[in-house]
Formats: sequence, C-alpha cells, structure tokens
Amino acid sequence: MQDWVLLAYRLPREPSTPRIALWRRLRRLGAAQLGDGLVALPADDRTREQLEWLAGEVEESGGEATVWLAQPATAAQGRALADRMRSATAADYQAVAEAAGLGGDQRRRNRLRRSLRAIRSRDYFSAQERIGAERAVEALTEGVHV
Amino acid sequence: MTWATRRRLHVDRTASAWLIRRFVDRRARFLFVDDPDEIPEDAIAFDVKGAELSHRDGNCSFETILDRYGLDDPALRALGQIVHEADIGDERFDVPEAAGLDVIVRGLGLAALDDDELIRLTDRLFDGLYAYYSG
Repeated sequence: MQDWVLLAYRLPREPSTPRIALWRRLRRLGAAQLGDGLVALPADDRTREQLEWLAGEVEESGGEATVWLAQPATAAQGRALADRMRSATAADYQAVAEAAGLGGDQRRRNRLRRSLRAIRSRDYFSAQERIGAERAVEALTEGVHV
Repeated sequence: MTWATRRRLHVDRTASAWLIRRFVDRRARFLFVDDPDEIPEDAIAFDVKGAELSHRDGNCSFETILDRYGLDDPALRALGQIVHEADIGDERFDVPEAAGLDVIVRGLGLAALDDDELIRLTDRLFDGLYAYYSG
C-alpha cells in the first residue's frame, strides 16, 4: 500500500505573509489538503524532506508543525486520494494544452514548457493528460521559425 | 572535525559536503545517520532540521554555509543559486542548470554503492562546476 507523508501545522492568523508563502510552497509540491492544517503527499525521500523543511519554516514563523508517515486505514481511501491528486494535475495539463492551442511565439512556448516542467514535478500518479499537453506545446514549436 | 548529516544524500547535502571539505575544513570527515538523534555531540550537523548549518530564511544549507563562513567567491555564489533551485525550486533564481544538476545527482545516487562513494563522485562534479563558473 502507498505510504504517505503528512504535515500537520498551525500558523498564527497574522501576519499573513508566512501563511501565503506556505500555501504557495504546498501548491508547488501538489500537496493534497486533508483538513484544516493537514496536508498529504505520497512518501518518498524528496517529499518527506520537503515537508520537514516546511515544518521548520512554520516553527520559525511562530507556528507549530509535525511531520508524520502514514498509511490510510483502507486501500479505498488511499485510492481516492491518489485519484483526487491525479485529477488536479490532469486539469493543470489540460489548461496548458488549451493555452498551447491558442498558438503563440517562442517566448510563449518557453513559458508553457516551464509550466509543464512544474506540473510534471508534482504529477505523482502519472496523469494521462500529460502526453496531450506535451504534444500541444511541441506542436507550437513546429510552427516557430527560428 | 566530523561533520554529520542525514543518510541518502541529494544535491544540497552533496554540494555542502564538497563546500565544507574544499573551503571550510580540509580534513573533514563525514558521518551519515538515519535519525538526527544519532549525531554525536562533538560532530557538526549540517542540512539537518534545527541545526545552525541548515535551511535558514528561505536559503538552502549550501547558501547558509556560504554565509556562515563568509565565503564571498562569485563562483560559489553562482553554484549556490543552482543548488538552491535544484533543492528548493522556488524560482528565486533563473538558473536552468538546476534541473540538469538535480537529475545528475539523483542518477549518481542510484548508481553509487553508498553515500561515501556518492560524495567521491559528486566532489569531482562540483570541482568541475566550480572551475566552470570561476572561468
């Protein structure tokens, strides 16, 4: 069964800067919100380390944070969470594919490639939409004359 | 001195080990532990949560060591930006090299027998990068 790494945190409401910074970092990692102040990622060396650093930053900002290794009590819960995360990256890939469908210049293509790289780094459950999005962005490249 | 960090090194710890041995303590010995609690009192911990030489104010451990020991070399600063993006990836710096370095160190980690062999390999890698950015 898939192991998960959880970050449980509590941050003061004010100032809001550390809250926003944490939210951005969690979003970049593709963490799934399980509840208020509780997020999950599939466990590996990298995700565990990233959440440990974030826990340290929460503490530096006057909050409390703990990192846990966990398994869901039933396989179905784990599957549901994995599906939810896969759907989220699928939607991100689709947004890139649609943006590429509008056409554009080299700068725009490079920006979309960068977006794809960011999505791939949080695509823990291999969303199928990746292939379509990559094709759409590369098709844009073929139209670019250098 | 003995310098200690967590086992299964990746880019920030391999780069920090290189930085320590080349610029801070020529005779550094390294100890790799599973749990930070196993670090002996007389060892200097790095890239371990709560240690002085660790992530600080949004910096990675390599950058923290640069600051702590006043290493003001432009080539080391350039390396610091690459390690920062390979490790944290928050797009503070525009360094496309970071993605490549991340993959290379991950690959060497898979090919190496253990962390001792890994830092022998990555020491040469960072020597090369340092020579490149010094040029």
